[in-house]
Amino acid sequence: MSDPEILFGIYCPPHPQPLLTPEASEGYGRLRDAFETCRKRIEESEADLILVYSTTWPSIIGHQIQGHPEPEWVHVDDDFHYLGSMPYKFKMDTEFAEKFRECAESRGLQSRTVAYDGFPIDTGSIVALKLLNPDNKIPACIVSSNMYANRAETIVLGKSARDAIASQGKKAVVVVVSSLSNRMFTEHIEPAEDRIHSAKDDEWNKKILEFFGDGRLEDLSQLSREIHGQIRVQKVVAYKPAWWMSATMGQHNNYTGEVLSYEALHGSGGAVVVLTPSKGSVGDKEFDEDDVEHYHGDRGVLDAGSL
Amino acid sequence: MAKGEIVLGCLAPHPPHVVYAENPEQNEAFAEGGWETLRWGYNRLARKLKSIDYDAMVIFTPHWQTYIGTHFLGLPKFKSKSVDPVFPNLFRFNYDISVDVELAEKMCEVAGESGIVTKMMRNPDFRIDYGTITSCHMLNPEWDKPLVTISSNRNAHYYSPEVMNEQASALGDACAKAIEESGKRVVLISSHSLSHRHFVTESPLPEDMSREHIYNHSQYVWDMKLVDLMRDGKMKEVIDIMPEFTEQTIAETEAGGLTWMMAAMGYPEYPAEIYGYQSVIGTGNLIAAWDPLEATREIVL
Repeated sequence: MSDPEILFGIYCPPHPQPLLTPEASEGYGRLRDAFETCRKRIEESEADLILVYSTTWPSIIGHQIQGHPEPEWVHVDDDFHYLGSMPYKFKMDTEFAEKFRECAESRGLQSRTVAYDGFPIDTGSIVALKLLNPDNKIPACIVSSNMYANRAETIVLGKSARDAIASQGKKAVVVVVSSLSNRMFTEHIEPAEDRIHSAKDDEWNKKILEFFGDGRLEDLSQLSREIHGQIRVQKVVAYKPAWWMSATMGQHNNYTGEVLSYEALHGSGGAVVVLTPSKGSVGDKEFDEDDVEHYHGDRGVLDAGSL
Repeated sequence: MAKGEIVLGCLAPHPPHVVYAENPEQNEAFAEGGWETLRWGYNRLARKLKSIDYDAMVIFTPHWQTYIGTHFLGLPKFKSKSVDPVFPNLFRFNYDISVDVELAEKMCEVAGESGIVTKMMRNPDFRIDYGTITSCHMLNPEWDKPLVTISSNRNAHYYSPEVMNEQASALGDACAKAIEESGKRVVLISSHSLSHRHFVTESPLPEDMSREHIYNHSQYVWDMKLVDLMRDGKMKEVIDIMPEFTEQTIAETEAGGLTWMMAAMGYPEYPAEIYGYQSVIGTGNLIAAWDPLEATREIVL
């Protein structure tokens, strides 16, 4: 199979402030501007698919892919309900969704499309699609983040996305919706006083953004476990976005990276980053974790080790 | 005004499978049955509730997750459709619920006075989570009592299960005080499973009971340890071992519901009424109740 045509990738935060209250702080406004820059880039590209991986859509039964042609609802965030409602109506590429599911299954993953009226699309996906593709000019696809999945499963999911893009000859923009550090303040704050929760979170965020700026996506993928331990609140088993993004876009460091904005969102780290495939690589690292092509499920080590 | 009181505490797990299997007219999906041990247990507890005089149900739900304090539903009516994001094939429930806003505001106020970060939720577009709906529907399918829904502040994620225990206890104390001051008779509902490791695959027919079993034996052993302590009326001990139980079984007690309810009820030293235990997609689910009134307390199972 030929390589897929991935025009560029976007890493952006899931919080609703840039969508609902960009005027509330200068930082939220700068994030909104960065989303706007990405919107223009997408419109000026020849993209015919926006593929979203959202960390705020957790799944349990394998990997769910949005398969409704026009999901429509008025969404309200669990924490930030007082900022307002988020009405949406999106245009989904259902043929791609089915192909993605098929490709995931062919690599050993449990996967299914979901196409139900009123299905609760998550805050992060809504923020991304409303800001990046407000007029639904380009059909989209959203895939969930399985709460139990770890590195192997996530990388195989990314490769499945790659297979699907290539097999349909799509020109895709890949969007990963995730914060950097994800520790929010646990009390109400004034938006104008928003800041990164701790100096440690800020330092790690800036280190991650340095890698992004250098286009070192696979290096970030290799650092995922360390990032999870250092600055991620342990809601799920691992920090997965860089694994998925690298496996989908290509597991190397040959990217031109642009950090368009980095701001605090109620204490968490929110950045809008663009990665465009390029020629030059920053170093040739010797990565120490095996690459994975096919997911074989649990290894059953307890059974194998029992007497 | 007479002092308000808690007339019953219910541990009411919310796998949407039990609503799906009941085939109520509000749910769009259709099932051939399944999970009878849980459903029949729920049916019996619902009958007991019919014999109790109460004004409102107060439910603590893991599926309204908040990180910035504890939130309370703050509008009198919510009418919409709740679709489970994990099992949309099973649960697409059209709901029409009433909220006891006065009681919710009282709880919010008293909790705030005790130092807990709180917020009233007054966005009319807000969608009620499937945990609230499942537990409340199974306990009161007529939906003829107003609710107070309390979000679960995720202290276990941000800090540790020990901090969760402390915070949920403080919230329980505050809610008990608010109920007392309200003059109302209230049923508390802690909506969650015990052990909470799911299978990540689903059988073609979800209600095929030949496929249903606990995820692994250690989860079962832990669940039974808790059931034994509940039967023996040792709820303080249950809460004391909650951090270890929660960590070892990935338990849904991580949200703080059981700790909240037990603190509000003063850590009962009388036996719990056990209505049923069954696994749902690998998780361990127990229906139990704590009846403060000795005259009506039963040995159910």
